[in-house]
Amino acid sequence: MALDGAGWHPAAWREADAQPEALLSPRYWTALVQQAERGLLDLVTFEDGLALQSDTKFTADVRTDRVRGLLDAVLIAARVAPRTSHIGLVPTAVVTHTEPFHLSKAVATLDYASTGRAGIRVRVSSRVDEAAHFGRRHVVPFTAADRADLDNPVVQNRLTDYFDEAAEYVEVLRRLWDSWEDDAEIRDVATGRFVDRDKLHYIDFEGHRFSVKGPSITPRPPQGQPIVAALGHADIPYDLIASSADLGFVTPHSAQDAVEIVGAIRAKQAAARRTDDVHVFADLVVFLDNDPATARARKERLDEVAGDAYSSDAEIFVGTSIELADLLQEWQASGLTGFRLRPGAIPHDLTAITDSLVPELQRRGAFRTAYEADTLRGLLGLSRPANRYAQEAS
Amino acid sequence: MTKPLKQVHLAAHFPGVNNTTVWSDPAAGSHIEFESFKEFAQIAERGRFDFMFLAEGLRLREQAGKIYDLDVVGRPDTFTVLAALAAVTDHLGLTGTINSTFNEPYEVARQFASLDWLSDGRAAWNVVTSWDAFTGENFRRGGYLPQDERYERAQNFLDTALTLWDSWAGDEIIADKESGRFLSRPDVGAFERHDKHFDIEGHFNVPRSPQGRPVIFQAGESDTGREFAAARADAIFSRYSQYDEGRAFYTDVKGRLAKYGRKPDELLILPAATFVLGDTDEEAQEAAREIRFQQVSPATTIAFLEQLWNTDLSDHDPDGPLPDFDPVETDVNGLISQGRASARRHGDRVETARQWRAKAEAEGLTTRELIVEVTGRQAFVGTPRTVAETINRFVQDDVSDGFILVSHLTPSGLEPFVEKVVPILQELGVHRTEYDGTTLRDNLGLAPLPAPAATSDEADRSAVSA
Repeated sequence: MALDGAGWHPAAWREADAQPEALLSPRYWTALVQQAERGLLDLVTFEDGLALQSDTKFTADVRTDRVRGLLDAVLIAARVAPRTSHIGLVPTAVVTHTEPFHLSKAVATLDYASTGRAGIRVRVSSRVDEAAHFGRRHVVPFTAADRADLDNPVVQNRLTDYFDEAAEYVEVLRRLWDSWEDDAEIRDVATGRFVDRDKLHYIDFEGHRFSVKGPSITPRPPQGQPIVAALGHADIPYDLIASSADLGFVTPHSAQDAVEIVGAIRAKQAAARRTDDVHVFADLVVFLDNDPATARARKERLDEVAGDAYSSDAEIFVGTSIELADLLQEWQASGLTGFRLRPGAIPHDLTAITDSLVPELQRRGAFRTAYEADTLRGLLGLSRPANRYAQEAS
Repeated sequence: MTKPLKQVHLAAHFPGVNNTTVWSDPAAGSHIEFESFKEFAQIAERGRFDFMFLAEGLRLREQAGKIYDLDVVGRPDTFTVLAALAAVTDHLGLTGTINSTFNEPYEVARQFASLDWLSDGRAAWNVVTSWDAFTGENFRRGGYLPQDERYERAQNFLDTALTLWDSWAGDEIIADKESGRFLSRPDVGAFERHDKHFDIEGHFNVPRSPQGRPVIFQAGESDTGREFAAARADAIFSRYSQYDEGRAFYTDVKGRLAKYGRKPDELLILPAATFVLGDTDEEAQEAAREIRFQQVSPATTIAFLEQLWNTDLSDHDPDGPLPDFDPVETDVNGLISQGRASARRHGDRVETARQWRAKAEAEGLTTRELIVEVTGRQAFVGTPRTVAETINRFVQDDVSDGFILVSHLTPSGLEPFVEKVVPILQELGVHRTEYDGTTLRDNLGLAPLPAPAATSDEADRSAVSA
């Protein structure tokens, strides 16, 4: 489940049951995640960015008819953590302008606060407005024209640069999480030592954009390695998913599309000699009602209110839970390991997912009927990884 | 004529990574599990404390090139744990120490504004500057700054953050479903800031938070630090918990406020203070002494000695006399101890060592006993009544406006204080029995901040709603 404001449709906030005045309230977010947890979902993601939301994808806009203003996603997840018990919490963080040392301990702390349910979705930013908020680097904007010209080597190089930096950033996150061995804290009264410093490790990372010494100031989190996720729409981001992530979000528009994307990621994974599992989830924006005509009418009404037909990077599904369950099962056969659903409007489509889609999938034996694990790794069927530094020592 | 009674402001400092914290006690709990933080915060809230306080250090301490292993090592991310604690408390202020050297204003302003929203107005920022390239090695920006530029950057950083928080007036979100206007005007959160350290512009993306901005704490003791606090801070976290030094500091800092057009009660002075309770004052004194020896283990004795002597003393007997040679003066502030502020306080090593030797000889003290004597004694020791009355007297006499209490035990060390001392302070009429407001500013007795200049004329300008 992907949470964003009042829902992913820009007019969702104007629905009768929407709570546009509550989008900055801790109670709003807690209630949404508790609802998702009642639906036994694996995880929720929280969108984020270092600029105001904008209808023009790559720059600021001056609209007054859209939801604007958003809280730090890691902190929303932390605020929700003590009020939930099983669902995974995966906030988004921009890696282009932030410090890997800070984010590493923030995610580790989210893992402690949620007792093992933390993840992080890393996002690169080539937006000029976000860069100007930091004033530390010049960015060449990635534009709609670039997007249409992805095979151009200049565009490719620029994209590669951002994503290579993201890969280095994730490497630093992971090394810092491992920089404490699990049994580093010894509290040995006889020698007066609180930690065994031989079990704390400098990470000595030297990258193209930054170097980080380590160790982390935060001990290894409960999951060992919290889940790293990334969203990708093209070949270069697939490299990041295949080399660095535990969970990739992708945007196929058909079952055949899904086959190709999953195949590309699996090939890259093999090339990167990864032996651990990488999940590939398909993103879908969903508008769900009891009959197809109602769903279509609602979507049309929202489009009319918004002034434009809603478009998305992900496939937009409009229909019933039964139809959606059919589609999910068909696409799953393409090798996808899961789905991230973006509710078109909240609470309507969120509730439809938990109260209608989930029971339908359960009837088909395709979805859990109770949480089978207490950690996000457990829910995703991923084991707790060994510590890279402990392995070196043995 | 009698002055009205001042209220005693109380806060809870989560035990930190100094030797004040006794991790070896069987009652000592985790320093990292969330349950510890939750228990700690809820005890403070039961005591109707104003806020809890978290310190920060962005690199593990080292001594002689190795990670210092004798004190608690490891801590959570400040923002993240405070946001989680907002979910399990209702009134307690959440004060985080955040460095202005290894962060960027846009991000920090956003994190504090988010924390303020997520806690319904309970966020506070203890603004600190950093001192070394040692810590900078953990950050993409590095971060070494010469001494004189640290406060300048901190001032510019804070001023920039204030600009960002004031970029929203608080009346922008109307969220009117009928008319379709979410914002009352376009171009919300617009800002620009161009100074020596920051060159940024654009739009802040968090609307004005319940308190307008976090409460601002400052901890510096230098002249520059005091001016910085007098000009900009809402509260000072000081270390002057003793009567005379406390009064001197209090008088000095409060006297600086007028030139910034501020009244004395617009800046609270809150020293950190330790305490030990007992059924009798003698029992408390005895307990205090035992705790001091727990805090200064044989290994810690040697480590402290090495910090002053600036050389390897691992063969020295902690239960014998002090070394008979003078400290090594070369590489002062250098290799022996890194990542802690106190290392800089050893000004003249040879002279300090002479004073220590003279004291040890005069009082017949072993090395360990001497270290116990010369380092951090507890501020308040006695029966609950003695401690309550002393704290109250200090506050009424303008030693401070209250205290940030540091217990030696995590997470439950404050419980005896809350159960036994707080009721006496309540009985004396100087501590609340129920929270009477909702925000941290309310707890601190600070007036709500006015919204920035009205924007209603702009609101009337035709809004773009394509």
